[in-house]
Amino acid sequence: MLDVEQLSKRFGSRTAVDAISFGIGRGETVGLLGPNGAGKTTTIAMISGISKPDGGEVRLDGVSVVRDADALKRRVGLVPQDLALYEELSAWANLQLFGGLYGLGARQLRQRAEAALALVGLADRSGERVGSFSGGMKRRLNIAGALLHDPDLLLLDEPTVGVDPQSRNAIFDNLEELKRRGKTLLYTTHYMEEAERLCDRVLILDHGRILADDTVAGFKRQYLNLEAAFMRLTGRALRDGAGA
Amino acid sequence: MNTTAMRALIRNDLRLYLADRRAMIVGVLVPILIAGFFGYVFGGAGRSEGQGKIPVAVVDEDHSSVSRAIAADLTADPLLAVSALGRAAALDQVKSGKQNAAAVFPRGFGERTTRSLFTGTDKPQVVLLVDPSQVTAARVVEGLLAQYSMKEISKEAFTGSYGRKAIDRYLEQLEQLKPTPLRTDMRTLLLAARRLNDQSNAGVPADGKTHGFGLSIPYTVASTPVTARDNVPYNGYAHSVAGMAMQFILFAGIDAGVVLLLTRERGVWQRLRSAPLHRSEFMLARALATTLIGLFQVTVIYVAAIVLFKVRIDGSWPGFIAVVIALCLLNAGFGLMLATLGRNASTTRGLAMMATLLLVMIGGAWVPTFVFPRWLQEASRYVPTRWAVDGLDGATWRGLPFEAAVLPTVILIGSAAACLLVAIWRFRWEE
Ligand SMILES: Nc1ncnc2c1ncn2[C@@H]1O[C@H](COP(=O)(O)OP(=O)(O)O)[C@@H](O)[C@H]1O
Ligand SMILES: [Mg+2]
Repeated sequence: MLDVEQLSKRFGSRTAVDAISFGIGRGETVGLLGPNGAGKTTTIAMISGISKPDGGEVRLDGVSVVRDADALKRRVGLVPQDLALYEELSAWANLQLFGGLYGLGARQLRQRAEAALALVGLADRSGERVGSFSGGMKRRLNIAGALLHDPDLLLLDEPTVGVDPQSRNAIFDNLEELKRRGKTLLYTTHYMEEAERLCDRVLILDHGRILADDTVAGFKRQYLNLEAAFMRLTGRALRDGAGA
Repeated sequence: MNTTAMRALIRNDLRLYLADRRAMIVGVLVPILIAGFFGYVFGGAGRSEGQGKIPVAVVDEDHSSVSRAIAADLTADPLLAVSALGRAAALDQVKSGKQNAAAVFPRGFGERTTRSLFTGTDKPQVVLLVDPSQVTAARVVEGLLAQYSMKEISKEAFTGSYGRKAIDRYLEQLEQLKPTPLRTDMRTLLLAARRLNDQSNAGVPADGKTHGFGLSIPYTVASTPVTARDNVPYNGYAHSVAGMAMQFILFAGIDAGVVLLLTRERGVWQRLRSAPLHRSEFMLARALATTLIGLFQVTVIYVAAIVLFKVRIDGSWPGFIAVVIALCLLNAGFGLMLATLGRNASTTRGLAMMATLLLVMIGGAWVPTFVFPRWLQEASRYVPTRWAVDGLDGATWRGLPFEAAVLPTVILIGSAAACLLVAIWRFRWEE
């Protein structure tokens, strides 16, 4: 369904993403694993049409992000790494904006927002200010914000970063539910156990290059486990100061 | 045009504005307070008793009928608040600003001044001590002093005892000189004056009216303020409200720009960018939202001004509305331009605040432009804020017709378009 070909992005002299290629099939859940600064967020940004590639192409069922970004954007839901929420507004007001951006009418918007809030377990908190939410609740609402236009492909950039194990578990339940509903998920993280639990396939990315592309079972066959594969492939050097 | 998306954006901006109660209240309350202060200082809502009287000290070292009469006239004048003081106290109070001026009548003033009315020589000197920061007030005092002195001194000359003495002395001098036709005429005139003086001292006539007449300025002045319609007094608040409304709308514009810069640094920006939304739609929505917020602010400020300060739209309502809308559009353009030129939020806010205050001051929002030196008045015609203030002044206390609002409106909309063009040209949407 998604085809990424020779995708590249440079920031000045630094190459953040270096001619990567991969594909994702319909209904598949793919993990994009890499240390800080590997290029995960930049890759996601190009696929979602936020960032113009310096080279290469992204296609969703043949629709090109370069040529018809709008058509592609309507079918993609982005859950940004930084919380994309107005803290000073209620959860409901946030969803009204995000749905409105996709041209949803009032009634459809209401139905979709109710469904999204129910999925992430915030149905009874919709009138409250986001600023009063816990970290886990904000992360869940951040996901709900990407579901209103009913996208086929969900791009999740570190959706569990900085939350407690209970919240992480709840988020996982949400993602598994989405998977069951037939959504295609591309998911970045640097938590191995998350990838092992959720993903059909894992891409390991470092320095803007894809170092490995295999199923979780495949990684386990070749290495001891995913963690071992990751450390072997990306090395032990610290990534301090490489950016988030 | 994705109008649903634009509506959602505008609604969201309005919600954000309403969510920040404190900023919202500051945005309307502070301008009302400041406008109230400036309006009160610059004339208030028409002249009332006790307001605007010039404090003047009178030092009477002469204690003659003339000096006493002049002091009484000054005291009775509605423009002045007169205190009788000693010379040292008067000097002190002028120095400390309690009195704008002090008039000192020296000893012998009454006698010498009556004499010099006939001879034109040996004029006594009235010392006027003046607060240098109150020159205009001092001029007024000088004028009134001349008016009342002329009246009382001439009255004394024809009816008082100093007058009688002065006439006698002048007659004596004439007797000793060789008669010429002119001197003979002068003598006749003085004799007539002496008769007049005698009669008025011979007691109250039967009709009860004394003819203690004196010369006075042979006309009176009815100074009519040229404002709005007849009988509408100048309202200092109308001007200050115009200025402060403008200033705080511009502040709201800065806020809108800064919020946009901050949004760029937040996750929300990613979400906006990932939606099928065009930069023109996004910018237009922002501009409209800022315009609406500005209109809301102006409405609240003017309602308060009408209720509290009795400000009236004495000119054209359509003119007023046109200027207000144009001002709010300018502000929206200004905010967007800031957001596209600025790199980071805090320095942008600081610089924009400084620039705005400067524009607002030059525009005459703090102090009316008519008190500016001429070159600055000329220069201010090149800043749009001046036109906003003039437009609002015209529609309110000046009571001008719609035509007077056309040029300010056109200039404001032109400036708005210029800002918007810069914003469109420089706005970074793609990354
Ligand atoms: N806007 C940017 N300007 C300059 N460099 C950037 C920018 N965004 C990302 N980078 C750099 O590109 C590299 C990849 O960043 P990113 O995609 O955020 O990594 P990850 O999400 O895997 O942590 C990093 O070295 C980062 O410093
Ligand atoms: Mg990242």
